[in-house]
Formats: sequence, C-alpha cells, structure tokens
Amino acid sequence: MLTVQILINGLLLGGLYACIAAGFSLVWGVLNIINILHGSFIVLGSYIAYFAYIYLGIHPFLMAPFAGLALFGLGYLLQRGIINYVVTAPVLVTLTLTFGLDLLLNNGMLQAFTADYRKVNLTHPLGNWFVGDIVVPLDRLAAMLLSLLFVLVLWWVLRTFRIGRAIVAVRMDREAAALMGVKVAQIYAVTFGIGAVMAGTAGSLLSVIFPISPLASIAYLGKAFVVCVLGGLGSIPGVIIGGFALGIIESFGALYFGSEHALTVSFVLLIVLLVVRPTGIMGRKGYE
Amino acid sequence: MKRAFAPLLMLLGLTALVVLPLAGDNYIIRLATNMLMYSVLGLSWNFIGGYTGYPSFATSAFFGLGAYAGAISQGHGVPMVLAWGIGAVVATSFAGLLGFVLLRLRGHYFAIASLVVAEVLREVVNSATDFTGGGMGLNLPILRIDVDRLAELFYYSMLSLALITLATTVIVSRHRLGFGLRCIQQNEDAANILGVDTTLYKNFAFMLSAVFVGAAGAFYASWVNYIDPTDVFDILLSVQPIVMVLLGGPGTVFGPIIGAVAYLALEEIMLSNLLSFHSGLLGLIIVILIFFLPNGLFGLSWKRLKRWMGISSAEEAA
Repeated sequence: MLTVQILINGLLLGGLYACIAAGFSLVWGVLNIINILHGSFIVLGSYIAYFAYIYLGIHPFLMAPFAGLALFGLGYLLQRGIINYVVTAPVLVTLTLTFGLDLLLNNGMLQAFTADYRKVNLTHPLGNWFVGDIVVPLDRLAAMLLSLLFVLVLWWVLRTFRIGRAIVAVRMDREAAALMGVKVAQIYAVTFGIGAVMAGTAGSLLSVIFPISPLASIAYLGKAFVVCVLGGLGSIPGVIIGGFALGIIESFGALYFGSEHALTVSFVLLIVLLVVRPTGIMGRKGYE
Repeated sequence: MKRAFAPLLMLLGLTALVVLPLAGDNYIIRLATNMLMYSVLGLSWNFIGGYTGYPSFATSAFFGLGAYAGAISQGHGVPMVLAWGIGAVVATSFAGLLGFVLLRLRGHYFAIASLVVAEVLREVVNSATDFTGGGMGLNLPILRIDVDRLAELFYYSMLSLALITLATTVIVSRHRLGFGLRCIQQNEDAANILGVDTTLYKNFAFMLSAVFVGAAGAFYASWVNYIDPTDVFDILLSVQPIVMVLLGGPGTVFGPIIGAVAYLALEEIMLSNLLSFHSGLLGLIIVILIFFLPNGLFGLSWKRLKRWMGISSAEEAA
C-alpha cells in the first residue's frame, strides 16, 4: 500500500516537473542556452498568482495562462534586448550572462517580496480523494493535470502552427532555416518568451502546493536540469517521461534517504546519468 | 618600449605589496588579503576555463573541500601551515578523480555537472554532522598572537600563495602543457589528432585549477576562524573567478590579477552603498561585462555600445 501511495505522490509531482522543465528544455534545445533565469521565472509566476489570489481573488489555476502571458513579455524583451547579442557566443558567456541576469532578478525579488515563505491558502480547497488506504490530494491532481495540459498545448503548437514549425526548423538547422526565410532572431526571442510562459504557468500551478520564496528558484532550476538530462534534451515526450521519472525517483528517494536529501539524490543521479548516458532515456535529436 | 615597461611595473607592484602592511591599517591589509585570495581563485580558474576553455563551475567545490579539510585537520591538532597543505592535497585529489569522470563531457553538460558537484558536496558536508559539524559550522582554534601580527601573517601567507600561483601560470603558459591546453581550447579533436594527450592535459589543468584553490580554502578557514557549508560552498565563489578572468582577459597570465583588482574595487565602492543588493550588483557587473566588455577591460566594444543605444544599424546581430 505504501508503495502505491508513494508511486502516486511521485506521479503527481512528475506532471508538475514536466511543466517546470518544458520551457527550459525548449530554450536549451533551440537557442543552445542554459537559461539560469528559469528558476526565478517560475518563482515570479508563483508571486503573480499569489498576489492575484490575495488582492483579486482569482484562483491560481485560472491565473496560470495570464501569469504565463506576463512572463512572455519579460522573456521576449530580455532575449531581444540583451541575450540575443551573445546568443552565438561560447557556453561560458551565455551561461554567465543568464546567471548574472538571474542574480539581478532574484535579488530584486528578495528586495520586493522579502525571503519569507508564503503560501496560497485556498478558501475552498478541493480536499482529498480516498481510494482504500490511498490518499489523492485533489488540488495536486488538478495542478498536475493542468500542467500536463499546458505541456501538451506546447507540443501541439510546435507540431502544427507556423511559428511552431519555424521554431523546430531553427532547432534543427539554424542556417538552413534562415535560408528558408525564417527570421532567426525573431524566433529566438519568441522561443525564449515561450520558455518563460511555461515557467510562469508552472509557477502559478505550483503556488497552491509549494511555499513561495525567491530562495526556491535554485531548487526549481535543479529539477529542470535533472528532468532534461533524464528525458533527453529537446523533446516534449522526453520532458514528460523525465518529469515522471524524477517525480517517482524523488518520492522513493525521500522514503529511503529522508525528504531533506531528495534534491541531493536527484543531483547525484544527474551526474551519474550525464556520464553514463548523456543523451537521456529518450535521447533523440530534433525538437519533435 | 612595452618590453622594458612590463617588468618594471611588476617590480613596482611587488614592492608595493611587500611593504603594504607597514603603511596600511588593518582595513587595508584585510582588503589586500582578500584581493590576493581572489587573484588566486581567478588564476586557478584560468587554467581550466581560460587556457583549456572548459566552463568549470567547480571552484567552490574545491574551495569548500580545502576549507573543510584544513579546518578538520587543524581541529585534530595539525599545525596551521601543514593544514593548508592538506587542504590543497585533498582538493587536488578530488579534482583528479572528478576530472577522470567529468572531463569526458563538453560544453553545457560539463558546466552543469561541475556546478552540481558543489551542491552535492555542500549537502554531504551538511549532513555529515559528526565529522563536519553540519549546518552548525566548524570553529577553528584561535592563534594566540597579537591581532596586528596575525593580520600580517595571513597577508604574507596569501601573498606567497598568490605568487606561487602566478609563477605556476607563467611556467605553464610557456611550457608545452600551456601550448597543448590552448590547442584543446581551439579545437579538441584536432589537438587529439595532432598527438596532444588531451585526456591527460585536461586532467592536469583541472587539478591545477584545484590545488591553489584548496590551499586558499584551508587558509580562509584559519583566517576567519569559522566556516559553515553555505559559506565555503557558496556558488558565487564559482562565479566570481569567472567574472574576474573575463574582466581581465581569459587565457592570459596577468589578466586574472587585473580582473581581481578591478572586481574588488567595483565591489568595494558599490557595496558600501548597496549592502542588501550584493548579489544583484554582481549580476549587474556580469551583464555590463559581457555586453560591453566582451574582450575584458582592455577591449571595450564601442561598436556594440553604439548599436545597443540605437546609434548605428541594429538588425545585423542575430
């Protein structure tokens, strides 16, 4: 019974992890940039949802697309105004730049919101669903289903829409895409914006589950890394599988090593995987 | 002219550093010791990041390991200077093992893996409470000598360490090792085909980037008398050396030192006014640095400055 319960907890977490990592993986795959800002984007999304709930009474689940939209603007502008100028530079430069931007954003949030942990306390929580001895928290279930929905919407956009096909084309071959008339700089900015959208929606959904603080951004970033490496870089199915894998591994890791070591367990796993199988479980090229 | 000018300048700088404690008060000595420590970190990172071109974020791992190795051995009665040596040895051996595993990765994957190593180490140290004091930190025995003498002692020790690191950099940059590392930075596969033992060379560079950092970590532990995991495994310790080297010019002998001085000056001037925005300030420095000084302090890109301001055509950058 305990095993089933932990498995369910892991699956509930996994759906959220897929949403956390989807934007990160997209940006990494298309722009070839490790976006250190991603964790802070997620936290910012959480804060947007938090304040919308406190002052306007809008449910965080409802707020998710709007938080995503707000972050799209931020991401688009950051990419267009700053990151785009060094997008072809070596890893060290782009990584250090997003790190610097993250320090700015994160410290700014610390100043604005303080480091206090806050939480959205829903006035009408959905409660729990009991199946025998097993407890399924319905708020978590809803958040997980919604985040999977958002990931699938991203997949659908990438597969069917003109802009999505352009993103995939740039991911596959930048020069060839440019020759086919794709405006690469524009696509880069839109992709970075979409990455921020996914972070914002994930943050909104997470705000009902996890405490909100700028200090949480590192943990989110770490999870995004691990999911990408687990599932393989640059594929939506990979992100979903990686997310579920991490959720389950973390839940069982928490059982055997204690929940305070959950992140360490996944980091150790990350290093091992990087060395043994850097292409991930689903390793495949191309953003499909 | 330049050829005669440089050694003169170096001699002048060295003399100034040696006589500094006679003139300065404790604040100046402390600042100078800090500057020298930053120089050691920058010079060390330069071996792997500057010459070899591997984006290592493992500096804080080496620093923390050195600090804890030094602190624990000092706590067990090992003399201070020997404890610094132990710090260096532990960090270097760890780098050797780590390099064997991680240096097979390239680019983003190497950067992430090296970043994560420090996080894991911090957690391990945090949970090994019996051995390391865990999150409570570790107190070191206090030396029973006069405060001013103590400051001078640490200053001259750090100066010696910095000079050793600098000398190693000079030797490496003129040796075939430095040549091989630069080849790896340019094109690793080609270097391999031309007969550079890339695995060995990379590992050597990685260990070089650890040895002095480990010693500096152990030194730092004795200097401040108290360490805890969040302090010595701080991720900023990995980022600051990179910023310094990028400021001064990567893959050069004196670049990291110039960068360390410039960075510390910036930090000291701005920090006193913006204490609670410390890391944000570092972020701002990074953004300005990468954006306007892509080739370090001596390569200010006026073109990019103008382009960004919208003075000349904007659309060419993709």
